[in-house]
Amino acid sequence: MNSIVYFVQLPIVTALARLLIFPGLLFAVPAAWFFLWSERKAVAMMQGRIGPPFMQPFFDFIKLLGKTTPPRSGVAGMLMKAWPLIAMSAAAGAVGLLPVLPSSGGFEGDLILLLALLELPSICIIAAGFSSRSIFGEIGSAREAVLSVSYNIVFLLAIISIAASQHTFRLETLAQLPASPLHWLGIAAILVCLPAKLHINPFSLPNAEQEIYAGPMTEYAGPELAMWDLSHGLEWVASTGLVATLVAPHITIWWLAAITFVALSFGVVLLLSVAAAATARLQIDTSVRFFWQCTLIFAGLAVASALFMRFVS
Amino acid sequence: MCYSRKRSPWLFHMNSGSCNGCDIEIVAALSPRYDAEQLGVRLEGSPRHADILVVTGPVTRNAAGAIKTVYSQVCGPKAVVAIGSCPATTNVFIDSRTLDGPLEKHLPVDVFVPGCPPRPDAIVRGVAKAAEILAEREAKRWPEESVMIPMAEVGGGCACSGGECANNSAADEVKQ
Repeated sequence: MNSIVYFVQLPIVTALARLLIFPGLLFAVPAAWFFLWSERKAVAMMQGRIGPPFMQPFFDFIKLLGKTTPPRSGVAGMLMKAWPLIAMSAAAGAVGLLPVLPSSGGFEGDLILLLALLELPSICIIAAGFSSRSIFGEIGSAREAVLSVSYNIVFLLAIISIAASQHTFRLETLAQLPASPLHWLGIAAILVCLPAKLHINPFSLPNAEQEIYAGPMTEYAGPELAMWDLSHGLEWVASTGLVATLVAPHITIWWLAAITFVALSFGVVLLLSVAAAATARLQIDTSVRFFWQCTLIFAGLAVASALFMRFVS
Repeated sequence: MCYSRKRSPWLFHMNSGSCNGCDIEIVAALSPRYDAEQLGVRLEGSPRHADILVVTGPVTRNAAGAIKTVYSQVCGPKAVVAIGSCPATTNVFIDSRTLDGPLEKHLPVDVFVPGCPPRPDAIVRGVAKAAEILAEREAKRWPEESVMIPMAEVGGGCACSGGECANNSAADEVKQ
């Protein structure tokens, strides 16, 4: 028995378990499908419809795996196959880093790695649109790039304000500390950025359906599109999971911590879905102005007060 | 895989010179009253994502080339649904010198949904039928036979506009 406990406490085994089992792939893939379904169902119910059945994202994924893809050759073809896989791996890695269970390890600076992994799918989408050589893909990628520059400033400042006020870039320490008013301000700023990060209304500009066809995804089909869908679902799990870990109270019982994490993530999904159903798509210049003029001031104030508090304490 | 294909038909809508009557009915099929998303139906922006090509209109000369291009962009296995009487017979525009129809002259049509315009419940039924055909089809390009949805069975072409029409039963079945 002792040997098993010792084996489980080995950092590499813990890291692998986090990446592959919970909150990694084994949990994250069904959770991604569940969150995608929740979003569609919530939007449908807001519109007075019944909406898709529970297993719909799973059916979509399996069906896409069985479809053919247009023949592609050369470096551009290889890149088009690689981008969705890189995006999916990065999003899965980001979910694996979340400190859901108590004393789940982690290292100093894992918050920075999480932010980098969360940003990677967005960069892959930009690259994918340009690789596809479709005019609609290029427009979508350009929009994604402009939007990314806008919301990321606020998103990163919000995270930095939380981290600076608590003197650490370690996720587990951040998750365990009691919440302060500054903490909640940072979380509110992250919540404002999430619709842009997840490409949902009112910031669904890069993949603006019926406007620029499907944006960067226009030329994608079959298994590659399935990987993009899965990557998008994993982004949902990682982004909402980040908010859930920052909001969640410190719980030492592992199963209760896991249930709290799932419930809080689901709550954030519902909140974002309702906001998406209640709003229409903004223009790109309005979105950029919103982030640079309205929210940036508050994010700057949050960082300034965090640094001030640090020097005072 | 077959079951997933049946439960997840993604559409691409192509107008080949329609008067817009059928196009409005396709949008109505996705609206809260008929809610085709219950069957997993999604109207996609790109033909690359679609499984079923939904064509309206009598196929004008200008549209004939575009239809073939879009059909070739849809990845297999795929199906074609002709919405309305125009793609089936060119309807009242028959013998017009601006037409190059009907649709079957250019594409292998799997399901015809007749009506001018067909009711949304007829369109939902036609798409569901096409999804069933799709489920049994491996990446085969040309289907052996087309399926005609009888007008009486689904209320296609019914001129009633209100909710009192007896042909609404198909939509009620879908909702339940």
